[in-house]
Amino acid sequence: MAADSSLLQSLVEEFVSGLQDSKAKDAATAVKDGQFTVLQLVEALGLSLTSTQPHTRARGVQLLSEVLQECYGNLTQREVEVLIAFYENRLKDHYVITPSVLQGLRALTKCTALPPGSAVSMLRSLFQDVHVQSLMLAERSCVYSMLINLMETREAELKGLGSDFVFGFVQSMDGERDPRNLLLAFQIANLIIQRGYNLGKFAEELFEVTSCYFPIDFTPPPNDPHGITKEELIETLRSVLAGTPKFAEFLLPLIIEKLDSDVQSAKLDSLQTLTACVSQYEHKDFAEFLEGLWTSLRREVFQTSSERVESAGLAAVTALTSCLSRAVLSSDSEDSLSTFLDLVLTDCKHHLCEPDLKLVWPSAKLLQAACSASTRASHIVTAAVMPSLLEQYSNRTQCSQRRTLLEVVLKFIQAVKTSQSLENEESVFIDFRASLCSTVFSALSENNSSLQVTATSLLTSLSQQTGLLLDSDIDLAVDHLIRLLLTESDDKVSLAVVECAGALAELHPTVFITKLIPRLKAEMFAEPMDQDDNRKSSEQPSHHAVRQRCLSVLAAVSIKPSVVKETTPVLLDVLSSAHTGSVGFSVDEVVMTCRSLQRIAEQVQDIEETGRCFHETIIPQLLSLALQAALQGEESSGHRSPLVEEVVLSAVASVISTSCSRLQPQLAAQTAKRTVALFLDDDVSFLPDNSFPSHIQLLKKQQGESWRQSQLVCLLMGCVCSLPRSVEVPQADELLSQLEEMSCSCSHTLSYTSAAKCFAGLVNKRSQGDSLDSLIQRMMKRVCGELDSTSSPVRTQAFTLMIWVAKALLLRYHPLSTSLTDKLFTLLDNSDLGAMAADGFSLLMSDSADILNRGCHADVRIMYRQRFFSENSPKLVQGFNAAEPEKKSNYLKALSNIVNKLPKQVQITELPALLSLLLEALSCPDQGVQLSTLSCLEPVLIDPPPALIQQLEALVNRLQTLICSPAMSVRIASLRCLHALSHFPTHEILPFRARVLRALGRPLDDKKRLVRSEAVQARGEWFLVGSPGGR
Amino acid sequence: MSGGTRLENANPVIFQRSGERLLTASDEDEDVHDPIDDREIFDILSYFDLHLIRAINDPEHPLSLEELNVVEQVRVKVNDAENTVGVEFTPTIPHCSMATLIGLSIKVKLLRSLPARFKIDVHITPGTHASEEAVNKQLADKERVAAALENSSLLEVVNQCLTNRSI
Repeated sequence: MAADSSLLQSLVEEFVSGLQDSKAKDAATAVKDGQFTVLQLVEALGLSLTSTQPHTRARGVQLLSEVLQECYGNLTQREVEVLIAFYENRLKDHYVITPSVLQGLRALTKCTALPPGSAVSMLRSLFQDVHVQSLMLAERSCVYSMLINLMETREAELKGLGSDFVFGFVQSMDGERDPRNLLLAFQIANLIIQRGYNLGKFAEELFEVTSCYFPIDFTPPPNDPHGITKEELIETLRSVLAGTPKFAEFLLPLIIEKLDSDVQSAKLDSLQTLTACVSQYEHKDFAEFLEGLWTSLRREVFQTSSERVESAGLAAVTALTSCLSRAVLSSDSEDSLSTFLDLVLTDCKHHLCEPDLKLVWPSAKLLQAACSASTRASHIVTAAVMPSLLEQYSNRTQCSQRRTLLEVVLKFIQAVKTSQSLENEESVFIDFRASLCSTVFSALSENNSSLQVTATSLLTSLSQQTGLLLDSDIDLAVDHLIRLLLTESDDKVSLAVVECAGALAELHPTVFITKLIPRLKAEMFAEPMDQDDNRKSSEQPSHHAVRQRCLSVLAAVSIKPSVVKETTPVLLDVLSSAHTGSVGFSVDEVVMTCRSLQRIAEQVQDIEETGRCFHETIIPQLLSLALQAALQGEESSGHRSPLVEEVVLSAVASVISTSCSRLQPQLAAQTAKRTVALFLDDDVSFLPDNSFPSHIQLLKKQQGESWRQSQLVCLLMGCVCSLPRSVEVPQADELLSQLEEMSCSCSHTLSYTSAAKCFAGLVNKRSQGDSLDSLIQRMMKRVCGELDSTSSPVRTQAFTLMIWVAKALLLRYHPLSTSLTDKLFTLLDNSDLGAMAADGFSLLMSDSADILNRGCHADVRIMYRQRFFSENSPKLVQGFNAAEPEKKSNYLKALSNIVNKLPKQVQITELPALLSLLLEALSCPDQGVQLSTLSCLEPVLIDPPPALIQQLEALVNRLQTLICSPAMSVRIASLRCLHALSHFPTHEILPFRARVLRALGRPLDDKKRLVRSEAVQARGEWFLVGSPGGR
Repeated sequence: MSGGTRLENANPVIFQRSGERLLTASDEDEDVHDPIDDREIFDILSYFDLHLIRAINDPEHPLSLEELNVVEQVRVKVNDAENTVGVEFTPTIPHCSMATLIGLSIKVKLLRSLPARFKIDVHITPGTHASEEAVNKQLADKERVAAALENSSLLEVVNQCLTNRSI
């Protein structure tokens, strides 16, 4: 014990007189470990605490406070009481002591053993003895955290202080300037308001002391270490100001005043605060300001200066209206909602009668904002507006005016849709049902495409409101849609019709099944009427277009299973008649049909009914057709089935792929089993129209026209590579070895590429382990053997297999992927394969559409591109430096392929290191390299890193050369880069102005218009550099 | 814009835009020579907005010269072979005080956007402005245009008109 006390004494000595700050830590640890108690510490401190030297006293208190900070948890209530009494007393002491005292008090506020009443006494002496704003930053923050701590734990006691607490707080924060402390102070104010502290007569003071910061204008210093953002301050201040209706009488005049400001952000902040506060208010809180608010809001929307201000203004109108709608009506008061809406209607309604003038839209938007607030508001507004809009529509004759009116009506209906929550409530528009319908149908029969487009969207909106379209109207609507589909050639119209048909079919499937589908089928199968006509050439494309539109409508309407059951047989009929040649369908149309099937597979509900439809009917049928087409080739009868074409097969493969990845895993597993059996064991039993020979042997090498059969492997790929990972691929080992064999031996491009892709897709999903490793090593050995022998006839094939497998492994971070990619790097030096290897990097880094993506349930880790880049860019730079001059372009191409695909944030951070290489790439004669480098430079130029600015001279020189390149795309890309350069800091680019302007003079007279228009824009911007009124 | 400013024409008539020029196959073809035509000049002019001339426009929902019908394609004449460009513009109201400024802006825009070989002529559509002749004379006078652009406050206004706000 004696040893302990002498140790303690020496600790105190060294801290107080020796000024060794580290001793406080030691003392704290010692107290925590129980070597001595706080009481002993105080006793040991005795002399220093009573010294006549304020600095010694300060040191003493500091030691005590620092120890308390570490071990406030172990104190007993009695100890705390004594300590608080001591500290309160010390607040009256010399100013140098105050910081340590506050620190100690803060530690004590965190104590759980705080005796009752001490919080109040602590605050009383704090408010009494300390003038917070004359303290330093850290001490002020100490006071705020004390308040926050006490508010968390002693709420009831503090509330007992009554409004004195609020007054004390107001006094302490009055004049605070540091954003860090402001954030704390706002939090306290927020707590005061949210927890219902008594504001007493100090509501105005609390408002004054916080609102003087509104609107917040704060830019954090560069490389801000504290991480305080303007948004954070705005949000917390807003929740203070908007927190209570007691502030209404002060806040609303302030908002009206700030809305007059010229500063955009002030306007925006005011509007958003208004929106936030009225949601808390009741009508009586802002009744007297209503007119003033409306005038300001109207001005902001009518003479708007930015889209954000406008939408904030509209949101405020909606919030105001919905607050007014909540007001409870009493018999003697006026109806405040209708008073307000009267204001809005008087100011806006007459503008709706001038569809040519500018204010139509702002007025309509204001009314719609009010309309969307509540059902009552929408009843009042629509009753006032709709009759005149609909009447005007029938009176006006100009199409542009009618279209504006129709669009306004459409927006009203859409606005009301958001406000109606109850499903089966009668629509607000029920009174205008008849005239709305007749307007829509008359617009649909109009001969103006933009009117038709608007009318179809209006029709969609009407169908989504309950009770607006009767069955007879739907019938009529479908007739109109069919007519437009078959006769209108405008792309925009048919797009709108397709969309509308999709929306209507979801709600009214039966009409579409009985009317639209049979009609479209008949239309598609009708032979074009050109047999003995010489208008053949003019008629043909339009019939083709009609078929295309029919196909996309069939896909669009197939959302409900009942509709899918009707549409898919039609599409399959198209395919089989195209195959047999009984009806002439072009390859294009066949591809389109497959796309429609795929779209249906993407959008139908994943239920058993649709799953069966796809897995048991559609896929077997597709496989059967493809197989028939492949086998038919040999006995060629003049007609060549479109199902042997590569585009068609790829489209069929994606139908299979989408259904296997998306619909019903158990059924997909069954499909996979059958498909694998078909390819490995010639099992054709599940195919319809079964008349196939017994030995097909699709994966074996064959003679003659075998490519027709071997390319079917792409269908196998579509099936097995897109299965969910829970589904086991049957006979996987056998399948993999056959695929490897095929991809290394076949000579038909589609066949060996598909086999390689299929192999890669399976490898990507195989579970980790020795069998996978040995599989890859076996394949590697074979591939490397082929690649290294210069005389091998299948080098391209081996390369293709390697690159796809490399991708598959790279995506899942497999450790063996590096050996493959390293091989790829060494190939860059190869004189035959170098260019191909450089292109291969683009494949490696980009998403592939058919396999190895998330849609196919492939194993794709996040950020694999960044990882690959950071692991390999040094190799690339090294290789570039070591390479012979004529091989360097391969490296540059590989580099630009990689960098191009990186996310922009990564590009910006990585760019400085690679900049010189990229600039080198700009002077590389290969146009592909130039183009891809330019395209990766362009986004970086928008927000230029400092490293780039240092290289400006070199960059401008290179770009100047490239704008005279023989390739148009290079000229365009380099002009875009020059354009982006004009937004650099003026002082950096001003020296180049004259030179660039002269250089840009030449492309103004380029022979290509697209180049000229880029040059015009770039030159216009460069003229503004450093010029008055420019930038 | 503070609330009190009165606009000379707060609620102007809006005309529909004609939409982007459609890309044709020959636009993409390296070997075809595209001559400079009326539409191209019109596009250069129609997409800049007189957003700072408040009298006819408000900022941001910028009404372009096309939407205000100040410039129409039929009033743009180009002869690529003879190196001439003629543009007629129509002020929104006959007493528009901004007519000279609009004309000057159009002229400057064309000077900056066309190859030097062109002779550029900008004037008011006959019969659409009170002081048509005076304005035309000013715009045709090379030296006066050059002198106007020496004036930095005038250049500032012109540049502001030509600043592309979308970026």
